[in-house]
Amino acid sequence: MLAKRIIPCLDVRDGQVVKGVQFRNHEIVGDIVPLAQGYAAAGADELVFYDITASSDERVVDKSWVSRVAEVINIPFAVAGGIKSVAAARDILAMGADKISINTPALRDPDLINTLVDEFGQQCIVIGIDSFYNQQSGDYEVHQFTGDEARSGKTNWQTSDWVQEVIRRGAGEIVLNCMNQDGVRRGYDIEQLKNVRKQCTVPLIASGGAGSMEHFYEVFSQAQVDGALAASVFHKAVIQIPQLKDYLRAQGISIRP
Amino acid sequence: MNLVIVNTSCANLASVDFAFKRLGVTPVISADPTVIRSAERVVLPGVGTAGAAMRELNRLQLVGTLQRLSQPLLGICLGMQMLTRQSAELRDGQPVSCLNLIPTEVERMPKALDLPLPHMGWNRTEVSEHPLFKGFGEGEAAPYFYYVHSFAAPLSQQSIARCDYTQPFSAAIAQNNFMGVQFHPERSGEAGARVLQNFLEISC
Repeated sequence: MLAKRIIPCLDVRDGQVVKGVQFRNHEIVGDIVPLAQGYAAAGADELVFYDITASSDERVVDKSWVSRVAEVINIPFAVAGGIKSVAAARDILAMGADKISINTPALRDPDLINTLVDEFGQQCIVIGIDSFYNQQSGDYEVHQFTGDEARSGKTNWQTSDWVQEVIRRGAGEIVLNCMNQDGVRRGYDIEQLKNVRKQCTVPLIASGGAGSMEHFYEVFSQAQVDGALAASVFHKAVIQIPQLKDYLRAQGISIRP
Repeated sequence: MNLVIVNTSCANLASVDFAFKRLGVTPVISADPTVIRSAERVVLPGVGTAGAAMRELNRLQLVGTLQRLSQPLLGICLGMQMLTRQSAELRDGQPVSCLNLIPTEVERMPKALDLPLPHMGWNRTEVSEHPLFKGFGEGEAAPYFYYVHSFAAPLSQQSIARCDYTQPFSAAIAQNNFMGVQFHPERSGEAGARVLQNFLEISC
């Protein structure tokens, strides 16, 4: 049986791993390579590296760390952040990344999704979606430039429409980041994830809100997501991956030993 | 060990290269027929589409070279699929003719309710006693390997490992010196490293 994936997310800024609360006030967690190695050894099923400054700064970011990570770890990993072209994607994949994840650039130019899928295949194109629940309107809004306080804001897309659009264009996987929950450790947005799961024919990864082992159990058992992504609970050692996996297995969730 | 990774200009050469380096072997990455012919081991990686990959092998004039190899060759993922007769992954509305080294064909995985495609992630894999799976002994739990694909070879006499997603399929196939794995051993942790080590130690 296909195992549910536990995916530590490492937000990268200027070559170091950082963590903010609701995308703000970033603090340095540590160096990329030893953190990646540590997570792989602890049993992480996959890693995601988000270069959170790249999309918003309009600059070319030094990605040499991608090959340093690829050299040492033997689990798959995705790289996100500022990948706006076929050439940029090719560079990242050539350095040893297994997947690239596109967020704001896909919103700015949706054709980028199908262009990348045609060039590299569906399996390595992940679309990240930052979804915000607007309590006043009751809408789920897609946001962009979330790495940059000055430019971040909502788009005209409703989350479910954008999910359909990226699947139609060939996306191989979707990471749904529920912004209201991000960094606050009160649990994944089960209701939203359940709704997206129903219409999502590609693998779906939950992101935002993990605070306890029970939250992982909830999201796997109730929202049927394929993977659960988390950052601070792992970086701050609130949850240890081996214990988390033992716990989930004891609850009957399919987990890789 | 003289190991050549066929340079198909596909994207995942680096991770395969690094995986062998972790085992103490430094691969040569080449598309030169002479270099490939003289290798002790040949690895055919592949990411992307069957049509693009075969077009690339044709452009590089490597089809005949690969078909005549007698040393152990390991195809990985799409590289495995290229060892078969043909792939149902259409190019211009037609199935793609492959290298025809292992008598089986690649089909699109069936859609099933509640099972997203691509098949992506770690899946339990039943392995045979083929030397590629030496050391995955009885009594041990079946290993998990990392998969990313939407096309697969059905179970057949050439299957040397099986996995199940929407339906059972070949996790690995082999014929004589030609072997292929649908999963990514270079990204499958310790279990994957063991498969690569076994490939290095195999004698055909």
